Amino acid sequence: MQPFTLHHYNGEKPLSSLPLDTRSRFLAGGTNLIDLMKLQVETPKTLVSLAKWDKANTISEDDNYYYIGAMVTNSDLAKFAHTQPSLSLLAQALLSGATVQLRNRATTAGNLLQRTRCYYFYDTTKACNKREPGTGCSAYDSMNRIHAIFGTSESCIATHPSDMAVAMIALNAQVHTQQPDGNTRQIALRDFYREPGETPHIETQLDEDELITHVSIKKKANGTQYYHKVRDRSSYAFALVSVAAGLKIEDGRIKDLSLAFGGVGTKPWYPQKAISVLEGAEPTQEVILQSAEAELSEAKTFGSNDFKPELLRRTLTKVLLELAEHQVKHPGHEGALYDNA
Amino acid sequence: MATLNLNGKDVSIPDDPRTTLLDFLHQHLSLFGTKKGCDHGQCGACTVIADGKRINACLVFAFQLEGAEVTTIEGIGEGESLHPLQKAFIERDAFQCGYCTSGQICSGVSLLREMKNEDPSAVTYSQTRHSKASLKEDISERMSGNLCRCGAYPNIVDAITDVIALERQ
Repeated sequence: MQPFTLHHYNGEKPLSSLPLDTRSRFLAGGTNLIDLMKLQVETPKTLVSLAKWDKANTISEDDNYYYIGAMVTNSDLAKFAHTQPSLSLLAQALLSGATVQLRNRATTAGNLLQRTRCYYFYDTTKACNKREPGTGCSAYDSMNRIHAIFGTSESCIATHPSDMAVAMIALNAQVHTQQPDGNTRQIALRDFYREPGETPHIETQLDEDELITHVSIKKKANGTQYYHKVRDRSSYAFALVSVAAGLKIEDGRIKDLSLAFGGVGTKPWYPQKAISVLEGAEPTQEVILQSAEAELSEAKTFGSNDFKPELLRRTLTKVLLELAEHQVKHPGHEGALYDNA
Repeated sequence: MATLNLNGKDVSIPDDPRTTLLDFLHQHLSLFGTKKGCDHGQCGACTVIADGKRINACLVFAFQLEGAEVTTIEGIGEGESLHPLQKAFIERDAFQCGYCTSGQICSGVSLLREMKNEDPSAVTYSQTRHSKASLKEDISERMSGNLCRCGAYPNIVDAITDVIALERQ
């Protein structure tokens, strides 16, 4: 591992006192960054440890919002979300990701900012525009089974790996940040990620010296919720396709729908075209497939991932039909579709 | 000087910030019970317990745990007396080569606490809605961060099941 200079941030000193630039990185839990540093995919000159930033390790709420601190671990957030029926989708997504050991260290902000698991991004002997801009994309014409079908460019077809972010996009979470000049920003998570275009190494709207302080989620009923993750093994694997959905049915029609896809986009995917077909419609198989076609109209596959559009159609259909059936049987239900607790 | 508490004793954290907790245990403290498998958080052989929570020792720098209480396999039992889960691993033949075992046991000891606290798992929300998900299914899910190349999984799950039954008596 390359040497680095270590600094600490505990939330008391201003950010401007830290030497933040393009070669500095904030270190939260470290489950992704330390791994990338061992492989020399990341070679920061400066690390700013957030281990002593206790204030960011809390979850609070008022009448309208939940506020989740940047340093709250995935385990603690899953435990909290599990107790809130309207956040079941978030609990399900978190618990479907990684392992207990990793979730005990991984943080809310770190999860949002984790890097892709594209094989070529990890392999420093291969060309990768995300790791080394201008070198090319090894995945484009090669083994790309796990890669994206939405938001791709000739420069990059890597997926964003997070499950948590998919649920948060469905729930319209807001990211709150702090800048060195003391200003703060609020960015909708749906607008937070950038498509790769010609600059796949720039993944979010954040500036290099900007720090996520917390995430807020509006309190509202989200109906029956299901995070369905299709993957190569039943635990500890990234999604090939995932669908996060919360559904409310009234008078046989979709009254409210929270929806996002994982494993298919260069960013956690907010399927606006599908949602516009589904809103107010009767949730029949025909309508659901129409919504999938609307979204898939701009999908592009790359050979090894040609199966993903059909897998997405089937997963979306299964999820929405099961949610609709549950809503019809249990009008006004709020919480998980399946709950063995 | 910055310290962390390891198996009940304060130890100084090394000066080089690149030192992971796992390398700290091996290279500075000569504690080799915690194993290095993949060194990338994929196998769980390096699982230890920090402030009551199981973590991968390979994916955390020692300095990040300043002030924390860390328990490794060397601190799981009490003196010569084995932890009930260690006994159950022997009784159930829950290992063959034994390389993953210290990580499995640290993970399992944490699992016992997590299940007692009713922490949710993915199985809590599983599709087996017509019948309550089985305890073994839940244990397997919660242990998915610990790989065993010898494939002793059924025996590992049996050992954990035995201790849960023992604790519920």
